[in-house]
Amino acid sequence: MTDITPEQTGSNRSRSSTELVRQSLARRNRKQKVLQGFGIAAIFFALSMLVILVGSLISTGYPAFTQTHVELEVFVDPEEVDTENLSRGNYDDMIAASLGAYFPDVDMSSRIASREVTQVLSSGAQLKLRDRVLADPSLIGETITIKVPASDNFDQLNKGLIKRDTPEENRRLNDAAIANFDTLDAAGVISAPLNTTLITSADSRFPELAGLKGALVGSFWALLVCFVISFPLGIGAAIYLEEFAPKNRLSDIIEININNLAAVPSVVFGLLALAVFLNWFGMPRSAPIVGGLTLALMTLPTIIIATRAALKAVPPSIREAALGVGASKQQVVFHHVLPLAMPGILTGTIIGMAQALGETAPLLLIGMNAFITSAPSGPFDSATALPTQIFIWADSPERGFVSRTSAAILVLLTFLIFMNAIAIYLRSRFERKW
Amino acid sequence: MYDVPHGRNEVAVTDVKITARNVQVYYGDTHAIKDVNVEIESNTVTAFIGPSGCGKSTFLRCINRMNDTIDICRVEGDIRIDGDDIYDKRVDPVQLRAKVGMVFQKPNPFPKSIYDNVAYGPKIHGMARNKAELDDIVERALRRGAIWDEVKDRLQSPGTGLSGGQQQRLCIARAVATEPEVLLMDEPCSALDPIATAQVEELIDELRQNYAVVIVTHSMQQAARVSQKTAFFHLGNLVEYDDTTKIFTNPEDSRTESYITGRIG
Ligand SMILES: Nc1ncnc2c1ncn2[C@@H]1O[C@H](COP(=O)(O)OP(=O)(O)OP(=O)(O)O)[C@@H](O)[C@H]1O
Ligand SMILES: [Mg+2]
Repeated sequence: MTDITPEQTGSNRSRSSTELVRQSLARRNRKQKVLQGFGIAAIFFALSMLVILVGSLISTGYPAFTQTHVELEVFVDPEEVDTENLSRGNYDDMIAASLGAYFPDVDMSSRIASREVTQVLSSGAQLKLRDRVLADPSLIGETITIKVPASDNFDQLNKGLIKRDTPEENRRLNDAAIANFDTLDAAGVISAPLNTTLITSADSRFPELAGLKGALVGSFWALLVCFVISFPLGIGAAIYLEEFAPKNRLSDIIEININNLAAVPSVVFGLLALAVFLNWFGMPRSAPIVGGLTLALMTLPTIIIATRAALKAVPPSIREAALGVGASKQQVVFHHVLPLAMPGILTGTIIGMAQALGETAPLLLIGMNAFITSAPSGPFDSATALPTQIFIWADSPERGFVSRTSAAILVLLTFLIFMNAIAIYLRSRFERKW
Repeated sequence: MYDVPHGRNEVAVTDVKITARNVQVYYGDTHAIKDVNVEIESNTVTAFIGPSGCGKSTFLRCINRMNDTIDICRVEGDIRIDGDDIYDKRVDPVQLRAKVGMVFQKPNPFPKSIYDNVAYGPKIHGMARNKAELDDIVERALRRGAIWDEVKDRLQSPGTGLSGGQQQRLCIARAVATEPEVLLMDEPCSALDPIATAQVEELIDELRQNYAVVIVTHSMQQAARVSQKTAFFHLGNLVEYDDTTKIFTNPEDSRTESYITGRIG
């Protein structure tokens, strides 16, 4: 370029245009650099925010994935068990007795004295023993080894979240209680295995007994109801609007309204559901069926918009080809257009379902933030959902719920990431070049 | 002017298959076809020639009502096939398109297997009673599309994976698989090499035994080689329509003469 002198190019005009391009090129390159710089800065900012968010969740949430347990040798005293009704028995006395072995100085028959020691254990410990005996009555009269959860404060102590160097009056546990715990620790019966309770139990007032099972099952039912309603309805509506509806004022108005519907704040859908489903139709409060219906209202516009975009993206030449061999409109749609649009539709649907999974406000309004200690057995039972469970735990005063809230958020995020990963996989797997 | 081979251009005494009377086509406010009158004969290859944008494709698409799919397109006038008005309210365009096959300007195979591309039309029309019959139909169509030898070993691979010219011949095979009475071809050879072009021209000549074939082409030589009748369009008008031999040797209109001698286009 540079070795072409004006004489060689022969024409003034071409020389000056080369010159012009060269000059403007520098300016254009500079602009592009600035734009790229902004882009990289924005991505860096977004990524660092994400890292901070997930980092803080993990650092507060990881203690909740283990739970301090105490291993006890319990003699299942036949005199304490009501053989007629196994669930009635003084299981707490048996536990206290077994704990007493480590504290010879304490009179375990006195409730007040033994309380000092038994407070190390969760109040769920006796239930665990009871369930073992209920499952296998032949254990009566035997001495069994059982791992029971420690109560929340001692769990916190074991995890170092209650600091020993805090002055005693500012600490939730006094020195005597810590000494008791240390006695057990020295005896080697304290351990901190994986906290399976977090997944296998429903909610509880005691953090060490609380789990997400109720919320997971509740979310599952709500999402199932949401999917079953919004997927066929959304695709049907989109196909009609995109392929069959006449293009006139009415269809324009419908289109605008659907787009607006997608932007309506979710709390409004909650109020609508409260008024219509609960007060008018008299459907059960706190039930996943109502939650699913509400979420379906919200997901419907997302699915309709995604489906219409996917249908529109199918090139007209395919439609013409099918029409050209004599396919009817409906055959064109169902044999050619819909299968080609399916990956896009599924992607949109999964993203809509992921939104629904994380939606909180409408579920609060229909009462899915109730305190329910058993998992629902169907969509008509009272239940919570993952986000409302997080809401409940975040609101609970017990220390143990702080880390459990973060842990629950991590569980929710895992599901969301998983769903989005499927959407991305579908998109790349079925991406087509026409 | 053109080397017109003997045999193919002989005009037999034939019936009129398609009659168009005072056809006007509008795309919104654009008047794309202006008052076209034409009679297309069966057992004849009719060529539409004319400069780009003069409305050849538009008129062709009127004959199988493909323009119905374009919202802004409006067709006026009267087009009859075998005496029946195809724009009559009682006529189902689906049935019409089964009778009037079309090969489009751009190859547009379905993103399905080669086999399914060809089998689709016969399947939806219920032309085969069993798999063996369908196999026969597919093979026959692919042979007539002059592509059988290239694809017979990979009938299950996707039609979109073929080269442009192979795709176009696949589309021809797909169009003839439904045994239409009229075949509309919009520049079927624009993506083909001379050998494939010769094969397609052979096919067109063969199809003429049973069908009316209308072909849009930018190649004067091709029009001269394959057609018996030629229509010259210019700016939406049908300028001249006559025997191919006449058009290429002794055109009446000066615009026709300018075009075929390469002075406008
Ligand atoms: N879908 C459409 N919408 C609006 N105008 C159109 C449309 N299709 C064609 N036209 C217009 O109609 C006129 C005729 O177009 P047509 O496609 O029939 O030309 P053609 O003769 O087939 O040209 P070519 O040889 O380039 O294929 C052109 O002016 C074009 O701009
Ligand atoms: Mg054209």
